[in-house]
This record gives sequence, C-alpha cells and structure tokens, in this order.
Amino acid sequence: MKILVCISKAPDTTAKISFTDGDTKFEEAGVQFIINPYDEWYALVRGLELKEANNGTVTTISVGGADYDPIIRKALAIGADDAVRIDAHPNDAFQVASEIANYAKDNGYDMVLCGKETIDYNGSQVGGMIAELMELPYISLAVKLDVNGTLATIERDVQGGTEVVEVSGAFVLSASKGMAEQRIPNMRGIMQARTKPLTVVPASGSSTMTEVVSYELPPAKTACKMVDAEDMDELISLLHNEAKVI
Amino acid sequence: MSVLVFADSNNGAIAKSAQEAIHYGSKIGETTVITYGDVDESVLAALGSYGASKVLINKTITEFDGQRLSKLVRAAAESAEVIVFAMDFSGKSISSRVAAGLNAGMVSGALSLPDTSNGFIIKKAVFSGKAFANCKINSDKKVIALMPNSIQVETSDAIATVEEFIVDLGNSTVSVKEFNAKGEGGVLLTDADLVVSAGRGLKGPENWGMIEELANEMGAATACSRPVADIGWRPHHEHVGQTGVAVRPNLYIAVGISGAIQHLAGVNGSKVMVVINTDAEAPFFKAADYGIVGDAFEVVPKLIQAYKKFNEVNN
Ligand SMILES: Cc1cc2nc3c(=O)[nH]c(=O)nc-3n(C[C@H](O)[C@H](O)[C@H](O)COP(=O)(O)OP(=O)(O)OC[C@H]3O[C@@H](n4cnc5c(N)ncnc54)[C@H](O)[C@@H]3O)c2cc1C
Ligand SMILES: Nc1ncnc2c1ncn2[C@@H]1O[C@H](COP(=O)(O)O)[C@@H](O)[C@H]1O
Repeated sequence: MKILVCISKAPDTTAKISFTDGDTKFEEAGVQFIINPYDEWYALVRGLELKEANNGTVTTISVGGADYDPIIRKALAIGADDAVRIDAHPNDAFQVASEIANYAKDNGYDMVLCGKETIDYNGSQVGGMIAELMELPYISLAVKLDVNGTLATIERDVQGGTEVVEVSGAFVLSASKGMAEQRIPNMRGIMQARTKPLTVVPASGSSTMTEVVSYELPPAKTACKMVDAEDMDELISLLHNEAKVI
Repeated sequence: MSVLVFADSNNGAIAKSAQEAIHYGSKIGETTVITYGDVDESVLAALGSYGASKVLINKTITEFDGQRLSKLVRAAAESAEVIVFAMDFSGKSISSRVAAGLNAGMVSGALSLPDTSNGFIIKKAVFSGKAFANCKINSDKKVIALMPNSIQVETSDAIATVEEFIVDLGNSTVSVKEFNAKGEGGVLLTDADLVVSAGRGLKGPENWGMIEELANEMGAATACSRPVADIGWRPHHEHVGQTGVAVRPNLYIAVGISGAIQHLAGVNGSKVMVVINTDAEAPFFKAADYGIVGDAFEVVPKLIQAYKKFNEVNN
C-alpha cells in the first residue's frame, strides 16, 4: 500500500498575526512554524496506522522552499518513510495542486491524503484540485478511514450529518478531526529522521490563478460591556434592543 | 458578467447558505442557478426572489454525489464567467474540483462582493479569522466560495424560469452506504443564527442540562470547547475552534470557556459574543461584546428565566 500525504507549513496556532511591506506580507519574524495540524494529526497519523497494518509506505509531499525542511523532518520523525519537496514557493492552491498532481500521477499511489484546510490560508481547496487533475474521486472532510484490500470505507461530514461511503481504487481525501490521535515523535524517530530520504525535485512551473494583493487586521474590538450577574433581564434587553440579535 | 450559482438541495428545499450564494451572485451579474434532486417547480421558481433569473435542475442526481455534481456544475458553467458556491460542507466537497476542471482561479471563504475597479478582488478571512486578505483572481473564469452567514439576504417577489438540465454524467465510483443525521431535531451548528457553547468550567457532562435547556428555549445550537469533546463530555461535532468547526452566528454565548486563542479562531466571526465566566481575567472578556462575571450554575438558570419572560412578550 503506497500512501502519499500532503504536508504544508503553518504558523503556530498562538502566533501573533501581523504584516509588513505595506500590508502585503505576513511578518514571519519571531513566528514558530509547525506542520499544519490537520495534515499532521489526522492525515499523516492515519496514513502511518494504515501503513503499519498493511505493510505499506508513507511518503510525504510538500510544495515549498528550504524553509519547509524542518517541518518535513518532523513528519519523518513521526514515522513517514521518505519525503519529497517540490522546490517552489507555494503561491496559490492551483499551483500547489498542479505540482503535486504532476508528481503523483505516475507513481501509483493508492491514496493521496490532505488536511481539511491550512490554518493560514483556510482555503480547503488543494485536495479537490489534486483529485480533479489526477481524475480521481475526492472524499472531502473525512473523519474516519478504513481500508480492506482495494476497498476503502470512509466516513465524512456532509450537510446535516455524516455519511459512510465506499470507494474502490485510488482516491484523494481531506482529513478532518476524528481520523486519528496526535503522535509525539520519540527520540529514536528523531534520530532516524536525519537519515531518511528527503528528495528535492524542481517544480514543473505550474501557473497561479490568484494572488493576495493586501492583508488587513480586523478593527480593534470595542470594550466588553459588563452586565451584573444578578440582572439577566438587562442582558436580554441589551441583546434585543442594542445588539438586535434576538 | 454572467454568473452560475450551485444551490444544494435537501429534502426538497434549498439550503439557507445557497440562498445567500444566489443573492450574492445576483449582485455580480445575471444569475443562473444549478441544482438537483426532487425539488418542486414552485420552490425553484421562487429562487427568483433571491435574484436568480433562471434555474436549471437535474433530476437524475437524487442525493448529494460530489463526483457527478462537479461534472454537472462544470457543464452548466460553460458560458458563465463567475461560478459561486456556498462554502458549506457541499461547497467544500465540489467547488475546488470544479475550479481546477475549468482552469479557473478560486477564492474560498469570500466575505465581500468582488471589487472590479482594478481587476477582480475579493476579501476573505485568513489565519482562522484573525486577519483578512484581499485576493485577486487573474483567470478568465472565476470561482467564489462564499462564507455562510456573511451577507444580508433581501428578497423580492420575482419569479425565475425553470429548465431541466440533462447531461451525461457517467457513473460515480463512490457509493454512499449510510447517512447519519447529526443532532436529531436540534438546530444544525453550522447553520445556526444563535449558538450556546460551554467549556470545562461546567465540571462534568451531567451539567449540560441547563445548556441544552437554554439552547432549546432560544432555538439555538449547542457547541463546546475542544477539551470537552476530547474527554467525551460532548460529541466531537460540537467542538468549535481552530481545529474544530468554525461558526459565524449572530450570537455566540460562551459559558465556562476561558477563550484560548485557538477557541476564538473558530468563533471570532460571530456578530455578538456573550461570555459568562467566574474569572474576570479570563481572556474571553477581551473578545466579547457583553460579559458577566459569575458562576455558570447561578447565572445560566437566571438567563433561562429571563429569556422565557422575554419570549412570552415578544413571540
Ligand atoms: C494546536 C491547538 C489547537 C487547539 N484547537 C482548539 C479548538 O479548536 N477549540 C478549542 O476550544 N480549543 C482548542 N485548543 C485548546 C485551547 O488552547 C484551550 O486549552 C481550550 O480552549 C480550553 O478549553 P476551556 O475554555 O473549556 O477550558 P479551560 O481553559 O479550563 O477554561 C475553563 C474556564 O471556565 C471558567 N469557570 C470555571 N468554573 C466556572 C463556573 N462555575 N462558572 C463559569 N465559569 C467557570 C474558568 O474561569 C475558565 O476560564 C487547541 C490547542 C492547541 C495547542
Ligand atoms: N504547500 C503545500 N504543500 C503540500 N501540501 C499542501 C500545501 N498547501 C496545502 N497543502 C495540502 O492541502 C490541504 C488544504 O490546503 P488549502 O487548500 O490551502 O486549505 C492542506 O491541509 C495540505 O494537506
């Protein structure tokens, strides 16, 4: 079983968000970068569990510059067998998906696992685009994945509930909460990660379709209005007359 | 500009997020809607009230099927310049696939109409709601996935024309085995206008009765913080935040939740936030609009009573 897991880099969830260069660039100074949580906790770990149960391999793939290497090493420390980095700055979802699809096309993966979304761009786009470009089924927002031979059974979030689907043959999936539990790399994993293969391949030069022209921070919040704990009629009246939300 | 809007249908009705998408589309240009399933002709014609001029329906697809629906939307998008989806579960499942198939640039989580004074620029939420990005789409065809609950819908009494749209969609290689409805009878968290949410301050799952009662009285959905879902006090689908569901209700009431940055990331799109917490220093008060320093076990029952009184007078 050959599993490909798409790993992206994201600012730590507690990072201070600010911008430079006339609000056109994210200020990276002082920011700690992590593996995007959905990619790590759910896609990667479930991929590893399946590989262990089925004698397979897990390869991670990332579109990014050398600044991606530390988070890729972490994925290797958690247990991936090898890693591919496509050497290009990720500019938009279409470019990232095209690069990954171009690489994955001829390598016979049984499944391509993505995260639900990146926590910086919040696109939720790359997985569906890879599926379209590889002409594979796309199962979005999966919360459970089981594989039996060539038949995968997947539970996914849909409007109003969850559904269980079956798909035979290769597929692309985006992973949401519930697929697996976070794994902390151990010392042995960290040591092994140093010598596991991280292959850097040149980008195929896929085009971008979108660009961010500027960023904005939300307007400063006005001070919180305190209401006496004894006077819930006052709260209701404020919500009705002032905020007009009930 | 000619616009195509995908509208998800469910049990013969058109989703609220889809009504918003139709209205949004109609502000950009002449809008055609594509939908599927067993929906009454009168329901479809009434989509004119949100701004649609034409509605295309495919009746061969009877339930949500991402693979065939992507093909359907693609076929219908032949002559459209802008294709709009709601960024709900259905939209997330097919919009990016359609965009790649059409060689179209895409902005998801859109919060504004496109500014066309210098290209085609749309504002969207980034960094889990902690900032916004103005994104420019440079391709000829453009795909937009609209953030639910981000625009005000106005209706008219216009009527849309309805046509069947028949294309060869092939077979789906994904087969649906079962559907499990969530929160039977209750309000769906992602659709909710009002949300009552609680955290570890509630001490144990046995204390959720008052949260459910308040939500019930208000017609609100219930939600929770991550640790509460992780320790199994509440189901996972109620977990809101950076790693759970993101919600954008008109009113979010947070009871016994500290307001960690990862929690705020999933709720900061709410229009109004009320916080009930014993600790006046809890970080949530910095993000809230209305705050009550007090013990949930005393405040929530009082709030239920006050709401009941209000409800009798106003509804
Ligand atoms: C990568 C990452 C991702 C995360 N993602 C999420 C996420 O998506 N969603 C999320 O929620 N968290 C997330 N977290 C966890 C987050 O950091 C907090 O730990 C969590 O939100 C705290 O939950 P809580 O507020 O319920 O509990 P606590 O922090 O324990 O807060 C309980 C609060 O209840 C108050 N309280 C106690 N007793 C009472 C009473 N009787 N009446 C009223 N108030 C009372 C206390 O003063 C306190 O403020 C994430 C963390 C990480 C590291
Ligand atoms: N630069 C990247 N390299 C590899 N995978 C990526 C990259 N960007 C996004 N992905 C994958 O696509 C998923 C969705 O990303 P997005 O569409 O940006 O929200 C992520 O969770 C990753 O699994």
